[in-house]
Amino acid sequence: MRRALRGFTPGAWVALAVVVVMLVMVVAPGLIAPGDPTAIAPREAFEPPSLAHPFGTDESGRDVWTRVVHGAVSSLGVGLQATVIGVALAMVLGFAAGLGPRWLDAGIARVVEVLYALPTMVLALLLVTVRGPGLAASVLAVGLATAPGYARILRSRVRGVATSGYVAAARLDGLAPARVLTRHIAPNALWPLVAVLTLGIGQAVVWVAGLSFLGLGALPPSPEWGAMLNAGRVYLTTAWWLTVGPGLAITVTAAALTALGRAFGRVGVA
Amino acid sequence: MSGSGVRAAAGWVLRTLGRALTVVVVTATVVFLALRLAGGDPVEAVLGGPGSQAGPEAVAAARAQYGLDLPLWQQYLVQLRNVLTLDLGDSYARRVPVSDLLTAQLPATAVLALTSLALAWVIALAVAVLATTARGRLGRAAARVLRGGELVASVLPHFWLGAVLIVVFASTLHWFPATSTPGSPASLVLPTVTLAVPLAGFLGQLVRDSLEEAESAPFATTARARGASPTRVLGRHTLRHAVLPAVSLSGWAFGSLLSGAVVVEVLFGRPGLGRLLVDATLVRDVPVVVGAVVVVALAYVVLTVVVEALELALDPRRRAGDALVAAA
Repeated sequence: MRRALRGFTPGAWVALAVVVVMLVMVVAPGLIAPGDPTAIAPREAFEPPSLAHPFGTDESGRDVWTRVVHGAVSSLGVGLQATVIGVALAMVLGFAAGLGPRWLDAGIARVVEVLYALPTMVLALLLVTVRGPGLAASVLAVGLATAPGYARILRSRVRGVATSGYVAAARLDGLAPARVLTRHIAPNALWPLVAVLTLGIGQAVVWVAGLSFLGLGALPPSPEWGAMLNAGRVYLTTAWWLTVGPGLAITVTAAALTALGRAFGRVGVA
Repeated sequence: MSGSGVRAAAGWVLRTLGRALTVVVVTATVVFLALRLAGGDPVEAVLGGPGSQAGPEAVAAARAQYGLDLPLWQQYLVQLRNVLTLDLGDSYARRVPVSDLLTAQLPATAVLALTSLALAWVIALAVAVLATTARGRLGRAAARVLRGGELVASVLPHFWLGAVLIVVFASTLHWFPATSTPGSPASLVLPTVTLAVPLAGFLGQLVRDSLEEAESAPFATTARARGASPTRVLGRHTLRHAVLPAVSLSGWAFGSLLSGAVVVEVLFGRPGLGRLLVDATLVRDVPVVVGAVVVVALAYVVLTVVVEALELALDPRRRAGDALVAAA
């Protein structure tokens, strides 16, 4: 780990710092924004950003900054959930393809390739149509829509590890197939996912927020960032800060997680 | 054309058709599974979810169209036949053929996607060339800033970038309209920039990486040793090499443009496939959503053909390889 951190560029350190701040927002939002995210103050409605309200106030006079900070837990939470769903499905597909017989591998590879070709948003909309709009449906949709990407990486990784010398050696040593899988193949095939996952959570946050923005995910008054964007859209020309603030939070999160994921990949955590 | 040339061409046509068929069959299968695994009566899903106000004759028509009174494996074959013959049925919400809706909306999205793709390439090439040819302390510092900018640009969510552009260039500076009017090129500007910037960030990283690699490659050194000017080395040798990885990843560009178009069309009130898809998703108009997915899948097949042709045009090694295969 220490060797990995030494390989970090200044940009990666900034990204790491941002992610740490995000985690504080998730665990203890009160430390960063002590106010109440639901406290309304009608007389202070639609105030532009100021020292007292860095992101301005919304239509009921709630402080947008406080809402963004307290919304981190739900936005990052759904991003994490969607990623877990996607990776879980990808693991089933990736291990089945990588370890299974040739015909299964060929079949799964073909299906994954086609699904990977479909734009994530289009695939997610198809899945939302099936379940009907809502936050749970959109998290599930984003998870499933991002699975083909993970499955591609996992499949080639599992194949590579399964045909490697040390796995052959473990088999020749007489280890049970299940033990070879859990002790040798799985850890080595899953390791590179650390970098991909870090990147993926950032992307999932953006996709889920995008669905909320389109009115298909979380609905106002939930402080989820996408829902805040959706609520602010109506006031875009009169109160731009309602959209720009939460959008900035999403963008910074995605940029930091992407940069951190790349740094992990570069320094060889992967 | 020689006999082997004809054979190669025929092989290529067959391969392309095979790929198209695979894409359509897999898409139809996924749609079928998604609708059946959702649970409940599939007729309900087709007709807009539980609590839909569909009359008995609409239910009967949907059952017949999707063959829902047949055994499951026959239902699957019906779905497959519908998709393969592009018999996409009628929109439940709008009561018009899905194919009419799609053909009406497709051109708007195609124009938006193609102008954005062109702009993204222009930005990506300009930034990559500037970043690799920058000299001196100031130049290198600028190159580092551009590099960070590429990463940030590549993760910018379309909904946020579009909103910021509207706030700055439409409601504050009044340079461009925020909403789309048919036939007005000015109203295409902000949507195009919104789609192009994240894509340019992605393409720029790829092009810059391979341009840096090509600048120190033996073929570039050889060209320089022969006395070629830096511009000529760039124009004739290295740039051509540098765009190849980005061209090969056009599938990613396709995904980014179409996913983005969904958001951008809603944000800017533009007509198009993306907005049709969102409207259909909101009311669970399954035939329209399925039709849009099929059209997108077919567009992807067309794209792979174009990319293959582009790679052949750009990469002499591939052509030499084909000639060898043809000669063997």
